[in-house]
Amino acid sequence: MTSPLPIKFYQTGTFTVGNRLLDVSVRSVQSDSQRNNSLNSGHRACQGCGEALGARYALDAAMRAVNGRLVVANATGCLEVFSTPYPESSWRVAWLHSLFANAAAVGTGMAAAMKVKGRTDVRVIAQGGDGGTVDIGFACLSGMFERNDDVLYICYDNEAYMNTGVQRSSATPAGARTATTPAVGEAPGNVMNQGKNVPLIAMAHFIPYVATASVADLRDLETKVDKAMRVHGARYLHVHVPCPLGWGCDTGDTIKVARLAAESGLYPIFEAEYGEITGRRMIRKRVPVDEYLKLQSRFSHLFKTTEGRARVAQIQAIADRNIARFGLVPEGAPA
Amino acid sequence: MLKQCEGSQAVAEAVALCRPEVICAYPITPQTHIVEGLASLVKSGALSPCEYINVESEFAAMSVAIGASAAGARAYTATASQGILYMAEAVYNASGLGLPIVMTVGNRSIGAPINIWNDHTDSMALRDAGWIQLFAESNQEAVDLHIQAFKLAEELSMPVMVCMDGFILTHAYERVDVPTQEQVDAFLPRYVPRQSVDPDDPVTIGAMVGPEAFMEVRYLAHAKQMEALELIPQMAEEFRRVFGRSSGGLVRPYRCEDAETIVCALGSVNGTIQDVVDEMREAGVKIGSVSLCSFRPFPSAALGKVLGHASRVITIEKSLSVGIGGNVSHNLRMSLPGRDTKVYTVIAGLGGRAVTKASLRRTFEAAIRGTLDPLSFMDLNVKAVERQLEREKAARRTGPAAEAILRDLGPTVGASASTTTHGPAAGAAH
Repeated sequence: MTSPLPIKFYQTGTFTVGNRLLDVSVRSVQSDSQRNNSLNSGHRACQGCGEALGARYALDAAMRAVNGRLVVANATGCLEVFSTPYPESSWRVAWLHSLFANAAAVGTGMAAAMKVKGRTDVRVIAQGGDGGTVDIGFACLSGMFERNDDVLYICYDNEAYMNTGVQRSSATPAGARTATTPAVGEAPGNVMNQGKNVPLIAMAHFIPYVATASVADLRDLETKVDKAMRVHGARYLHVHVPCPLGWGCDTGDTIKVARLAAESGLYPIFEAEYGEITGRRMIRKRVPVDEYLKLQSRFSHLFKTTEGRARVAQIQAIADRNIARFGLVPEGAPA
Repeated sequence: MLKQCEGSQAVAEAVALCRPEVICAYPITPQTHIVEGLASLVKSGALSPCEYINVESEFAAMSVAIGASAAGARAYTATASQGILYMAEAVYNASGLGLPIVMTVGNRSIGAPINIWNDHTDSMALRDAGWIQLFAESNQEAVDLHIQAFKLAEELSMPVMVCMDGFILTHAYERVDVPTQEQVDAFLPRYVPRQSVDPDDPVTIGAMVGPEAFMEVRYLAHAKQMEALELIPQMAEEFRRVFGRSSGGLVRPYRCEDAETIVCALGSVNGTIQDVVDEMREAGVKIGSVSLCSFRPFPSAALGKVLGHASRVITIEKSLSVGIGGNVSHNLRMSLPGRDTKVYTVIAGLGGRAVTKASLRRTFEAAIRGTLDPLSFMDLNVKAVERQLEREKAARRTGPAAEAILRDLGPTVGASASTTTHGPAAGAAH
């Protein structure tokens, strides 16, 4: 056997601090050559897939936090399909896929089994995409929260049903074009709604831990997973994961797009304990929503007409409201 | 221990004796008393260690059972009627994953129109889901079948549904011998899963399977049910040795030896049928009956043996396969290859309509005379149906049919009233 190849990391910008400059103890999980590679290479995700990236970081962080004592329930969706084309599997964790709508309940069952068997060291993660979480899996998710079952649920939110060909979910943002909200007619794209904020709904269950994260800040994601795994009871982590195919953005822009979502205020990054917000990731350099929207063809129709422009203004208002509501820029900072 | 108790309570105690480790339940009439009984046993500490989870839907109940079973725990749930349909997708999933979950179904009709009373429409809707389906004839058998069900499920890595008639069994108080813990422990070994989600031996379960292997996986489920055809009688025999009474098995013939007419049915109605068989035997009629304990797997060979010499078979069926007729008769014909046995399908007792001895006898006598239709609906109020059909022919906007029929029947008719009082005359005041 050869020893693992040494992995070198370099400083790539202020958001991804070069790990080689840090003490080993504070380096990222992903920089550890002994990391678990929970979602291993060879899977069939598209180029630039935010979900594959998010899942890999999240599960590796969880595996380190719980010493590898982890079982995972996965909802049907892209993540399940691209990772397990029979007879291959990219999972290097104990992993079960049951159905689209029941990952949270399957997680509950696993946690109950481990408890009754006295295997309290084994921890449970349930995970799925936005469709499996905020739409069809919502009842099971809320039930798991309400009973405060010992499960961390991770939603990888790419804002539509990507596995079936980019149809609208209730996480699809205002104005976005999908296969079922085409950019035609008098009101092209998705309805101009405020969406369904499942992190806030999770908080309304007063569960021990709720957080949002983004693949734009993978260290923050790792930290939140680590924190979540050190708490018992129902926990919820909502991760923003761009989908180049569905969003119509460049496959090399996944991180950039995710960052602009946060920096524009459209995707607030925060954490909460027992229903109260305890932390927020402040916007460093506020950008107008245009910068985020223009990178994605799902919003391109908005920039072609006067009515579209008015819709962009509405989307800007959503971002402004988020910024005010979550306090994402320091008081007195220019709008 | 012999005791006089409600069927649901007896089943709750029997399930507890099987030491389930995770119980998940969502309430639905007439299953409620079973899960209430188990809740008390867990909450009081009498059943320990066991996690009792109050879920938010039947879909979640089966899903929690899937997670628990896949993680190596003995899992149990109970449901009925709309509940089994609400969990349908997970019912298929449990069998597809080969998880030995045991579920009681307190058989009840399916709406609309909403109706809480007994028939077999619910279990029949999921008959092809890959679960073993056992039907209890009495509360004693319901108790005994649950104990056998866990063993059968775990031996085959396949889920088992124990079907017991809603209200008729679930809510009936009768004498039941609830076994001792020692007896059950001697019969039912500790659960050792064939596969489990375990960090000590991490595997992927539930992968995407394409055309190259899907048929094989499905065929395996069928092959296992064929194995169950061998295993179920063996288990019934073993049960008899440990517990000292016969329960379960594939089919239970009653006075069939020289019978020219044999009646076949599922569940508690067999008791009534046997009474009628006795009466007709006294009058010199060569008639017998057979209770189908196992509906899935369908015991074609065992049933064929019982029916072999009969010239006519009558099925009394508490479910209607709309558009064709009988579920039991449709399956039963597989037991009669190349024979010219006459098969009469009789739909009876839908939505809790009482199946009376008088009506059964009339039906059997009509079959023997040769005047019974191949498909008939016992005690159907033909006038009420015709009146509605005429109304619908005469006008377009006739409104909801169920309400119109109730209006015709008038206020004197209750759901539990015997069908002999159902007549257009009862509604004359309207």
